[in-house]
Amino acid sequence: MTTLDRVAKPKTKRSKRFLQSREPKLTENVKNAMIIKGGNTSETVTNALKDIYSLKKPNAVLYKKKNTARPFEDQTSLEFFSKKSDCSLFLFGSHNKKRPNNFVFGRMFDYHVLDMIELGIEKFVSLKEIKSASCPEGTKPLLVFAGDAFDTIGEYARLRSILIDFFRGPTVSAIRLAGLEHILHFTALDGKIYMRSYRVLLKKSGCRTPRIELEEMGPSFDFILRRTHLASDDLYKTAHKQPKALKPKNKKNVSHNVFGTKFGRLHMQKQNLDKLQTRKMKGLRKRGGDVMQGEDAVSPKKSRDE
Amino acid sequence: MAPSSSIEEVLAKAERDEAEKLQSIRVEKELELEFDVGNLLALDKNAPDLRDFRAQKKEDFLRSLARDNAQLLINEIWKVPTDRLDGVVVAKLPDPVTRLPREKPVPKPKPPTKWEEFAKLKGIQKRKKTNLVWDDVHKEWRRRWGYKRAKDDTKDWVIEVPETSDPNEDQFAKRIQAKKERVAKNELNRLRNIARAHKLQLPGAGLAPTGQPSRSELAKAEQVAKLSTASVGRFQERLPKEKAPKNTGKRRKFQPNIGDFSTEKQKQLDLLKIMDGKKPRLDVTKAVNKQMREEDMENASRQRKGAGKKGRKGHFTGKGKGKGAGAAAGGKNRKPRKGLGKR
Repeated sequence: MTTLDRVAKPKTKRSKRFLQSREPKLTENVKNAMIIKGGNTSETVTNALKDIYSLKKPNAVLYKKKNTARPFEDQTSLEFFSKKSDCSLFLFGSHNKKRPNNFVFGRMFDYHVLDMIELGIEKFVSLKEIKSASCPEGTKPLLVFAGDAFDTIGEYARLRSILIDFFRGPTVSAIRLAGLEHILHFTALDGKIYMRSYRVLLKKSGCRTPRIELEEMGPSFDFILRRTHLASDDLYKTAHKQPKALKPKNKKNVSHNVFGTKFGRLHMQKQNLDKLQTRKMKGLRKRGGDVMQGEDAVSPKKSRDE
Repeated sequence: MAPSSSIEEVLAKAERDEAEKLQSIRVEKELELEFDVGNLLALDKNAPDLRDFRAQKKEDFLRSLARDNAQLLINEIWKVPTDRLDGVVVAKLPDPVTRLPREKPVPKPKPPTKWEEFAKLKGIQKRKKTNLVWDDVHKEWRRRWGYKRAKDDTKDWVIEVPETSDPNEDQFAKRIQAKKERVAKNELNRLRNIARAHKLQLPGAGLAPTGQPSRSELAKAEQVAKLSTASVGRFQERLPKEKAPKNTGKRRKFQPNIGDFSTEKQKQLDLLKIMDGKKPRLDVTKAVNKQMREEDMENASRQRKGAGKKGRKGHFTGKGKGKGAGAAAGGKNRKPRKGLGKR
């Protein structure tokens, strides 16, 4: 909704600013995630949701009361929550007999579900169970996806896209090298997806690039893929549409060679020498009648000679 | 001889040292990883070795895989140009390459208001007004608008009554009223602009009376008024020179009771021909429905056999009660002149 669309006008500057912060923008805000506890959850799911929340923290909302929703049957309540908390990523956790320890990762476009993927938790190790130093809140993680499935199988590729979206955090122009402390490693192997979270230890290697050692940090999951709901192709395409203003304009007639030298091509018109202003002298003055005489323009001097 | 060999030795040693150092950060992979340094992201397309995975402890295998991949990613990140900011080394990340969907659609340009369109047509440009203006009464600079504004006409304690106006009229109330009306008009225009932007019918088009209704409008209004009686205008008399209304809906027409016998005869004969014919007439819809129902039944029975005891017992809804079919036409309680409904 743009400002003009709103029939009810915001009454205060503050509310106006608030509404503006939620409007679509050229460069968007960081995507927020809502982490929703379902109507029935097991202890595993509850703890897992909490752990994911702690990984995601400044950009996440945790709905910790019971929310009886079934994302794959009825998406209205998710859409409502999304609108309410202005979140476009969600993680829904539930537990029932048919699908025990269930996670639904998904994302929204324009407050409607774009795609979601259901994952069953086979094994879960919580943050608390692993006794080691954890990362400070809001650390931007390194993300690594391993396994050919993430490239070849459509659902896995989409899952990769969702997980990148979910965990990548804010886009930054620069990053402190010593602050690269956390890595999330997803491995697709043997029909399962292993999510491991490690702390990165930068060790001296003797050269500039450090040697890496990893220390398990938690939470770690073994997932299996269950139901999926993928966006239709054209919706997916519209969601990926880039605003024209953000696309770099290509400059015409400018090129660079391998050494970085800039080349330009100039287009010059042929100069009309007849109209060239030469030295101003009384003897060279143009006379009105003379100039328009004859087919080809004659210089004033010649015309005088005639 | 000796010094030259020593130089070679030193060089060789240096080379070896270098190689050893690199050894600690080098990782061999069959396929190169795909990096997106802007997102601190890597994709390892190599299929993990299942045999290794089963032979080793699962956690150790995953950790060593993760270490290798992390090392490669870190190597890549360490290649980007760095900068020093407030004593810490930061790497300038390139723009992310991985395309991810947007959160909300691309913002559309705001549709111009009626005034903006007009201003563009006339080439009127916005001019910024200063915030402060000189107030002659208070001898100071004051805001142009809002609280404590210059030339505030709501703060006047006396107003001169214009000669032309009624002396008993309250000039203060008049001013307040005028202001209220301006605000209301502005709001109305805002709403009209919104409606225009959405290509809705403008508010006020049906409500506000137009200044001079045209002849056709008047005629239409008159017709509508005439039909707006309990008997749908049946007993309304015509005005002396009034013409019959045009385009007033269709009425059902019946065959005349007496007259064209040949067509009637033909119709009856056709009917008899159908009834007498040996070839049964095929009702396509009915046949298709029957066929579909049979197929459904078959499917259901096959499924029941396949699923064994599981699943629900077959509930087959029949035809339904056939409510509302063929009850519409005719009937005693028909209104007069049905189908004339212009109300």
